[in-house]
Amino acid sequence: MRHLFDVGVTVNGNRYERTVEPRLLLSDFLRHDLGLTGTHVGCEHGVCGSCTILFDGQPVRSCLMFAVQANGHEILTVEGLGTPEDLHPLQEAFWEAHSVQCGFCTPGILMTLVPFLEENPNPNEDEIRAAISGNLCRCTGYQHIVDGVKLAAQKMSA
Amino acid sequence: MTKKYIGKRIKRSEDPRLLTGEALFVDDVEIPGMLHAAFLRSDYAHAYLKSIDVSAAQAREGVVAVFTAETMGDDWQPGPPLVSPPPTVEDVIFHSRTQVPLVKDKVRHVGEPIAIVIAESRYIAEDAVDDIVVDLEPLDVVVDIEKAMQPDAPLVHDDLDSNLAAHIEQEKGDYAAIREEADLIIKRRIVIDRGAAVAMENRGIVAQWDAKSQRLTVWDTTQAPIAIRNGLAARLDLSEHQVRVIAPFIGGAFGPKMMMFYPEEMLIPWVSIKLDRPIKWIEDRYENFYATTQERGQVHEAEMALTLDGRILGVSDVFLHDSGAYDPYGLTLPLNTQCHMMGPYDIANYYSESKVVFTNKTIVTPVRGAGRPQGIFIVERLLDLAAKELGIDPVEIRKRNLIPPDAFPYEHKIIDQAFAPLIFDSGNYKPVLEKAADMIGYDRFVKDEQPRLRAEGRHVGIGIVPFIETTGVGPYEGARVTVEASGKINVATGVGTQGQGHFTSFAQIVADQLGVDVRDVHLVTGDTAEFHWGTGTFASRGSVVAANAINASAKLVREKILALASKVLEAPEDELELADGVIRVADVPRISISLGELAMLANPLRGAVEPGTEPGLEATAYFGPQYGAIAFGTHAMIVEVDPQTMMIEIKRYVAVEDCGTVINPLIVDGQIHGGVSLGIGNSYYEKLVFDENGQLLNASLMDYLIPTAAEVPRIEIGHEETRSPLNPLGSKGVGEAGAIPVPALFAQAMENALPEYDLEILEAPLSPNRLFELLREKEREL
Repeated sequence: MRHLFDVGVTVNGNRYERTVEPRLLLSDFLRHDLGLTGTHVGCEHGVCGSCTILFDGQPVRSCLMFAVQANGHEILTVEGLGTPEDLHPLQEAFWEAHSVQCGFCTPGILMTLVPFLEENPNPNEDEIRAAISGNLCRCTGYQHIVDGVKLAAQKMSA
Repeated sequence: MTKKYIGKRIKRSEDPRLLTGEALFVDDVEIPGMLHAAFLRSDYAHAYLKSIDVSAAQAREGVVAVFTAETMGDDWQPGPPLVSPPPTVEDVIFHSRTQVPLVKDKVRHVGEPIAIVIAESRYIAEDAVDDIVVDLEPLDVVVDIEKAMQPDAPLVHDDLDSNLAAHIEQEKGDYAAIREEADLIIKRRIVIDRGAAVAMENRGIVAQWDAKSQRLTVWDTTQAPIAIRNGLAARLDLSEHQVRVIAPFIGGAFGPKMMMFYPEEMLIPWVSIKLDRPIKWIEDRYENFYATTQERGQVHEAEMALTLDGRILGVSDVFLHDSGAYDPYGLTLPLNTQCHMMGPYDIANYYSESKVVFTNKTIVTPVRGAGRPQGIFIVERLLDLAAKELGIDPVEIRKRNLIPPDAFPYEHKIIDQAFAPLIFDSGNYKPVLEKAADMIGYDRFVKDEQPRLRAEGRHVGIGIVPFIETTGVGPYEGARVTVEASGKINVATGVGTQGQGHFTSFAQIVADQLGVDVRDVHLVTGDTAEFHWGTGTFASRGSVVAANAINASAKLVREKILALASKVLEAPEDELELADGVIRVADVPRISISLGELAMLANPLRGAVEPGTEPGLEATAYFGPQYGAIAFGTHAMIVEVDPQTMMIEIKRYVAVEDCGTVINPLIVDGQIHGGVSLGIGNSYYEKLVFDENGQLLNASLMDYLIPTAAEVPRIEIGHEETRSPLNPLGSKGVGEAGAIPVPALFAQAMENALPEYDLEILEAPLSPNRLFELLREKEREL
């Protein structure tokens, strides 16, 4: 017999109410129950960082949480950051600096960096590298990502 | 053609969708009524399958079906076709043994699929996998490639006499004779071990059979959608036009996503037809470590013959190449290794013998670099050792041996991975080597800085390695370019895209040919419904083969535009110019017509047309190179090693690349960064560790370490441009170049950093642990 639980969450400002199994991962809940497929799943053991979201403003790995744990909390995913027509300054900077290749790790990196730049609006290269060292990227060698963050910091402080 | 866009750092048109989570990846496909698959995979590397009981799995609530080799009935067929056939040259042994959809009688590597469960959710499907009772009788396991070739080794394939999968010898000149004349012979055993590609997106397939229209649609994380479509049609007894394969946005590929066919790639569409339901399977990371192909394992007995002044007289090498449990890629990898073992050097005598070996490990197919890093590692290691022995500076000994610029085309008289003669089309190697030495400040570092650092007790070393890369092999690619009534351009090509920026670099070519804004060129890649001729994205060939096909079609469209505009504007073609989406008379700019209007005139709704007229401003063209274009470069680095902790810090990294005409330098730089990053992993962090039972001991991203932003340094890039004479754009590939020289570069720089240990690094990858062992061994010797 399956036990089901009610979950109520606010994602990107929208309220969602669903009934889920307790074992449902938050990443699967966001992607498949809510259709927010911008959050990507790369390892499901909390290492790659692709599934990073903001949970009450803090970056967390949505593959390491259950959907039921999100009950009553607020989540921001990449879909809530900007749209192709109205990019967030960080997305804008990533575009200009060629910080994206295949784009699979990108949403997780963006969600890691949004709170980082709020706390540290003028980071140096070492700080940026430390900030993204928990996000794996196999395409870019990270250099253009670092450049994108520097550019974003300039844009956001201007 | 005016070059407004080619050669410019144009930012990518695909990025806004990728940056906002709107781009479609395979796992984003949701279809009502879709079922989910999970696989029972073997825990043993080598075992007979005695029995399997799926009744409990079938009885679980939410499970729709379970299939095994037996219950597949006549639809179970061994051996999907070879990805590349064996060469037609003489005296080649080749035993083709390709993977099966589900294990029938014998398991040959851990992770090989035994049964597939289809259920209402992935969670239930995985529960049901645990319900299956399988009886496997373990056999002795073949792990080590040298042991695999011993006469008493267990057999991976019982019907063969040994574990030899293939054997190929190649010869140029007469090494045996020149060996007698040599002043110095350097002979070493060199071992290169396995790594994984680790694309951030695992593999995945969604298949939807529509019984009403009798059509199959498949979303697949493949580098070769057209080949997958053709293979699926053949296997499922459908017409090719009933099958549509879409490779949407792919989250990195690096080689292993081009393997026709993975068992899952055949099974998911088959089950969709069988059950008349959409089916999704998404690989998890654990499966990716066992069931997605890997590369690089080789053991070499290599030697180099030289004169006292450091001239290479010849190279001879006998190597074993680990193929894993099957050999779907034929001889591609050993041939690539053979073709890179002379590097960029003018070597008259060469002998190479390769034995491809079956083992009870995951299948081996190309991973970014694809046999090339191994070849470069061999020649560079031998040359470094020779330089030490002869007391010649490492840069100087390389300069003395480079192929001179007037020697191109330079014929090597051996065959390449496409079984074509290995000919270096064009090159100018010395300036690239000198530029790298200059950028890193080689002379200054060696003369001033290093002695000062050594006096301070620091271990800082320098390395410099030139290399070549065979790129842009055939057979061909094609494209269709269409001017739409809006004046915008649509381009369809068969290659898939996995992050290389094709939507932009290909658009740049078309925009220049047709005089339109690059943002008005829309690309469709990797959808067989849009374009169904082509081979795939591999071997650093997109910017050579596909790009030139696109250039050729755009040129034909340009001719059509000029011909029609000449009639409409009543002016000779050579007085017309195309710019800003308008065709105008150059001297009388007010006499003009927009591309969109002209496209409508080319596709009239009423009236008579001349016989033989084709409607529209559209053309399809193909490009197939005579043979591959040879890109080249030199990498240099300065590294500091802490001989207490074995931690390293790459203080400088310089990459000078020549990939012919550069279409988009921003994208090329990104490709180099990514390649170097993988190369750093291949050199010091990434090694798949199999135990004596064929169990992978580091099958997670917590245990298998790919470089993070903390390990990859800032890479300083220099460019040279030597056009390829083999294609109109003059381009060469660059996708794999970054990864190729890195292990050789690491070895040289690490030896240079630790002079008191007199290290000889004869293996790749190293790791902090392995370096610790090597240093302790040396300490005991000293």
